[in-house]
Amino acid sequence: MSPRVVFPNKILPYLLVAPQLAITLVFFYWPASQALRQSMLREDPFGLSSKFVWFDNFKKVLSDPNYLNSIQVTAIFSVSVAAVAMGTALLLAVMAEKVVRSRNLYRTLMIWPYAVAPAIAGMLWLFLFNPSIGSLAYGLRWLGINWDPLLDGEHAMALVVAAASWKQISYNFLFFVAGLQAIPKTLIEAAAIDGAGENKRFWTIVFPLLAPTTFFLLVVNTVYAFFDTFGIIHAVTGGGPGKSTETLVYKVYNDGFVNLILGDSAAQSVILMVIVIALTAIQFRYVEKKVHYG
Amino acid sequence: MATVDLKDVRKVYAGGVEAVKGVSIAIPDKALCVLVGPSGCGKSTLLRMIAGLETISAGTCSIDGKVVNAIGPTERDIAMVFQNYALYPHMKVYDNMAYGLRNRGTPKDEIDKRVRATAQTLELEHLLERRPRELSGGQRQRVAMGRAIVRNPKVFLFDEPLSNLDAKLRGQMRVEIKSLQRKLGVTSVYVTHDQLEAMTLADVLVVMNAGLVEQLGAPLDIYEKPASTFVASFIGAPPMNLLPLRGGQLEDAITLPEVSGNATMIGFRPEDCEVGADGATSSDGLRLMARVDGVEPVGSESFLYCAAGGGKIVVRVAGRTEVLVGDQLPIFARREKLHFFGSDGKRV
Repeated sequence: MSPRVVFPNKILPYLLVAPQLAITLVFFYWPASQALRQSMLREDPFGLSSKFVWFDNFKKVLSDPNYLNSIQVTAIFSVSVAAVAMGTALLLAVMAEKVVRSRNLYRTLMIWPYAVAPAIAGMLWLFLFNPSIGSLAYGLRWLGINWDPLLDGEHAMALVVAAASWKQISYNFLFFVAGLQAIPKTLIEAAAIDGAGENKRFWTIVFPLLAPTTFFLLVVNTVYAFFDTFGIIHAVTGGGPGKSTETLVYKVYNDGFVNLILGDSAAQSVILMVIVIALTAIQFRYVEKKVHYG
Repeated sequence: MATVDLKDVRKVYAGGVEAVKGVSIAIPDKALCVLVGPSGCGKSTLLRMIAGLETISAGTCSIDGKVVNAIGPTERDIAMVFQNYALYPHMKVYDNMAYGLRNRGTPKDEIDKRVRATAQTLELEHLLERRPRELSGGQRQRVAMGRAIVRNPKVFLFDEPLSNLDAKLRGQMRVEIKSLQRKLGVTSVYVTHDQLEAMTLADVLVVMNAGLVEQLGAPLDIYEKPASTFVASFIGAPPMNLLPLRGGQLEDAITLPEVSGNATMIGFRPEDCEVGADGATSSDGLRLMARVDGVEPVGSESFLYCAAGGGKIVVRVAGRTEVLVGDQLPIFARREKLHFFGSDGKRV
């Protein structure tokens, strides 16, 4: 443990943490408590009065088929994004390891998409897959796929998953490259001498030793897919067609800011808050005490 | 079970650095060949080429009469013990040892039989369910050995396997490796920078320097007849005393036998020195005056660090010594214990 600093002045330490505390209070605890209060209020149709209804908003939200649909959409979306983003990143990281010449150039290029803002990434993919002008859409149609993300919910989902994953691949790539570098070369050599081919070496030695990295990324990617993909969905599909790409976060926005059903929206935010807390708890519990080999 | 033949093997790295500059070694069946040399002499590169972990730039490497240059490590049927052991950290000891057998499709009961038999030989039975991180350094070393033995390969390769152990354990394992190798009769190549390990383990000793073989032969032959000043100063601890000859004469010499050929360097081992030996003539050997700069009593023997003949020499005397720092001593070395080297460093 690092030695504790002892302040001679009793007030000074509190003053030093005050700015951070103030920021957290103003920008987190205050709005959070507002949301909590709002989630138990119901407004009259004209917004002139509101009444305290305890947990009625939660009951209403949880029995709403649209909300249950949104949960399902979010689950499909998150699992797909995590799987695509991590799978692709791992593949690219393994490939990048094998590159002998200008390895750093490849790595740098791989990291760039992370610097692109979500909405811009969304627009990029929207154009690429636009049924009338998109070059990739043209390719898909040429392959015989009746590509139409504006009408087909599954196509729309595929499109947002692609855009969201594409942005996250860079981040995952970085961690996988670092993870791969941390595996001693002699282990791979020992496995080769032990008669394991390249594929076998990957699945029996490399992949198990990457497990801590993979688990960490799984949590990070899930959180990302849940909460950081609003911009992409808003730019690409706006939750449509129908409600086929309306994730939980997008529904909060839709109900609260578009349809102005403040009580429902607040209740949904509170549910989301609980989910974040749960995910963070998992992350702290398992990722913080990462499996250490050696 | 197999011979290993290296013919003019070279390694040139991308960038033009030549690590191994044409090495030819023939290792007979069941022999333990030790490659010894200072760091950077190419001995590990040579071993890795035999293993197939490095490509061979020129020359051929054959195992059991078959050229293996183009064959990957997976198919060479060799086993290697690494310096850091390279145990698979996520597998139990049992699985570490079974891994190579499983990869080769050995039946399950056969694997079990062999792993347990090997574990018994190496006294590892009680550790089979542990993971590498729960083992001590010595135990990890044994597991690494077990992993190599269990496969029953054609050739064992050892890459400085004992350098991470403490001195006492190193001595024990050295004896054990030797007796295991004898018992199993597997052709082995052993890389080390420790000349004591090299001397005690080798059937065939190869002294390497700067990518070339300096001398190859039986350890004691090399010890008694070093082919060059490099070998003379590398093999033996403390190393051979080497003093410069100027025009066939040695500074401080009282008697000096006839210098053979055009030698420019005279050498003699610390243990071949006698203190005193009054009345010796030049036909008997070399006698010179030395000033004692330091005395190191080790217990069973003592080392005198002296200035003599225009250089520094070490003299070994048995047991305790009454000699003090600053004393002037006559040192004597017999004629047949003297070595002469030419200006190119080669023995004459």
